[in-house]
Amino acid sequence: MGRYVIRRLLQMIPVFIGSTFLIFFMVYALGDPVAALFGDKAPDPATAARIRKDLYLDQPLWKQYVHYMGQIFQGDFGTAFNGQSVTDLMATAFPVTLRLTIVAVVIEVVVGITLGVVSGLRRGKSVDTSLLVLTLIVISVPTFVTGYLLQYLFGVKWGWVRPTVSPDAPFNELILPGIVLALVSLAYVTRLSRTSIAENVKADYVRTAVAKGLPRRRVVTRHLLRNSLIPVVTFIGTDIGALMGGAIVTERIFNIHGVGYQLYQGILRNNSPTVVGFVTILVIVFLLANLLVDLLYAVLDPRIRYA
Amino acid sequence: MRGATHAKWAACAAAVALAATACGGGSDSGGGGDAGIVSSSWGDPQNPLEPANTNEVQGGKVLDMLFRGLKRYDPKTGEAVNMLADKIDTTDSQHFTITLKDGWKFSNDEPVTAQSFVDAWNYAADVRNKQNNAPFFADIVGYADLHPASGEPKAKTMSGLVVKDPKTFTVALKAKFSTWPETLGYQAFSPLPKSFFTDHAGWLNKPVGNGPYTVDSYTKGTGMKLRKWDGYPGPDKAQNGGVDLKVYTDNNTAYTDLISGNLDLVDDVPAQQLKNVKNDLGDRYINQPALIIQTLTFPLYDANWGKAGMEKVRQGISRAINRDEITRQIFRETRTPAKDWTSPALGDKGGFKDVCGDLCTYDPAAAKKMIQDAGGVPGGKITLTSNVDTGSHREWMDAVCNSINNALGEGPVCTVNPVGTFADFRNQQSAYKLTGPFRSGWQADYPLIQNFLEPLYYTGASSNYGKFSNPEFDKLIDEANQESDSAKAIGKFQDAEKILAEQMPSIPLWYQNGSAGHSERISDVTLNQFSVPVYNEIKVS
Repeated sequence: MGRYVIRRLLQMIPVFIGSTFLIFFMVYALGDPVAALFGDKAPDPATAARIRKDLYLDQPLWKQYVHYMGQIFQGDFGTAFNGQSVTDLMATAFPVTLRLTIVAVVIEVVVGITLGVVSGLRRGKSVDTSLLVLTLIVISVPTFVTGYLLQYLFGVKWGWVRPTVSPDAPFNELILPGIVLALVSLAYVTRLSRTSIAENVKADYVRTAVAKGLPRRRVVTRHLLRNSLIPVVTFIGTDIGALMGGAIVTERIFNIHGVGYQLYQGILRNNSPTVVGFVTILVIVFLLANLLVDLLYAVLDPRIRYA
Repeated sequence: MRGATHAKWAACAAAVALAATACGGGSDSGGGGDAGIVSSSWGDPQNPLEPANTNEVQGGKVLDMLFRGLKRYDPKTGEAVNMLADKIDTTDSQHFTITLKDGWKFSNDEPVTAQSFVDAWNYAADVRNKQNNAPFFADIVGYADLHPASGEPKAKTMSGLVVKDPKTFTVALKAKFSTWPETLGYQAFSPLPKSFFTDHAGWLNKPVGNGPYTVDSYTKGTGMKLRKWDGYPGPDKAQNGGVDLKVYTDNNTAYTDLISGNLDLVDDVPAQQLKNVKNDLGDRYINQPALIIQTLTFPLYDANWGKAGMEKVRQGISRAINRDEITRQIFRETRTPAKDWTSPALGDKGGFKDVCGDLCTYDPAAAKKMIQDAGGVPGGKITLTSNVDTGSHREWMDAVCNSINNALGEGPVCTVNPVGTFADFRNQQSAYKLTGPFRSGWQADYPLIQNFLEPLYYTGASSNYGKFSNPEFDKLIDEANQESDSAKAIGKFQDAEKILAEQMPSIPLWYQNGSAGHSERISDVTLNQFSVPVYNEIKVS
């Protein structure tokens, strides 16, 4: 088991190098960022040349990449155009997004699995059908619609919560954005766990457990649910990465200064150090989340072993 | 207990994952509505907040509160009035002697002297400091030594700036420039305290200036708290206790906060909300002309568009654009149909005049005739290019194209080439790669007609993206700059503008207004010509 984890961690190194190079290359392909720094005015050539030199932009791509990687291994992710170091930006943005992700994942897991179990156990009944219709609606409505709608209803019309999140972004202010962010994934979690439960409920081991005379509660939580969670866990694991990087829409609607917002600004301003730095961290998050998922398989299903 | 071991490893990996990201945020909370304090929306400034490095509205807002220069543009009339300058004397429109008023100091009690200005200007011009606004100092003798086109600078100061005594300095310009003193209201000409040079990083974290406010705290990317400076020696003291600027991810979000009572002032009403704004805010909505014009510039470097006789086609296209309808339908009157190449915010005295006349008036029949008589559009196609990440550019380009296509009645002659980001668009534009008309926005740096014409249409000028060149136009601009009587100078500039109407190197589309909305708590909200709120005049009830 320990060996397996170490091997997986080692495998991350080539993935990490390859993905950062791809990102670096793609951001580079977006073009020269310096011209946009001057607004409507034409850039002054001498000043622009200086900025390019300082940002290492006058070097060929591969040299830029080597220079950048060298910096990263010294813990320096470069400097954004407004003079802040990218590490500073990360230190403020990631905790905020992490809190938002935690809120969203908790909602997904608790509500999604509960609904999934309820409808899976009552397959074909009216509860099941109505939940299916409901999840279909939620999946088909885009995030910005639910975001603006819930913000307007809860924040402006009824005034139950502040429509926007303050810079500190404490957990209680993140509940509404968390719900918006979780909604689509929640529908998937519901559907996945429903299908899985509905299948496994006919399995031999469930029948055995019922025949042993175990209480229904125990059959459902200990035997049925645990075995049915594997696809759901896989989904949530990959979803964590998607939620952390893909919260751009939600973060903009609710004024959350997190990863999505920084990425958006970075892309708009062609600010390669910000974009590459943030995406690099997101790649690591993705890799680790995947590792966690694989390890959780073994916890959920003792038949799966890692040597 | 196989499972337990697994769980332990999983927990371990989880801990690794969390360690990479887990750490508390935490600064002061940002609730709006402290007594006497105005809360206002803000965007993250693009560059560090140095006066000579700031060329956009968000950074400009802060500088307007923190700094006062030799002159200041009256927020209502746009006239450049003396602020720190006692007098600016010249006999030949080329050599100026500037005398400062007594009693001015920075908020750290350091007096503002002639040296404060000279040091700041030398810093701004020095290519090593990479200041965006360095070209504003290009008129001063010795600029080339400090800002060579390539290579290392030869000097540390400009020889054209000489400090005579703590209250006086002289400026020598390379050529006659009669309206040069009027440009000194621009923020790049602000004085700087010694701490700017000795502790630069510290200064950037908490800027110190000589304006009516001081910085209480600044969290980059989040917000800035400015407080009234009680010791401010100037005449325009702050009428409120301070201003809290809050960074918003999106102007829609800021607007939502305004109507739900969490924010006092939004200085950029999002386009999607314009149809609701009258209902939501009533007379708390401000919509007034600013020094911004949007034009469609022709690539005159491209022989198809630049050859003789094509000016008739260019004029015809201008007549085919239904400006009234587009500004009404798409922009909800936050744009005003253009009648010249300047801005109504200049006022009639400043040189604003209907120079374009019929050529900027919608007349599809006349347009069709003009274009056909001149041989039609090159290759039978027009492609409009702009970045489409902001400003409803996609919508109005579609509308302009429809308007042209309807006028010509020859099917889809006009098409739109949307570019994803401003940086990409700017690169294509400044590489002279575009082969069709493209958007050019221009926000003036100071309320002078000169600033709308010379940088954009003078031969070889910095922002002359279409490479327009006309000897007659250049001559009139030169004459206007040498003319010491300002009314006569403006007359010359207007004559030069008439050449633009004849040649139509760019089509004036519309003037962009500044828009703002505010809460019931605050009053006396106005915007200056740069569409920045005049914060020091805002009163909090």
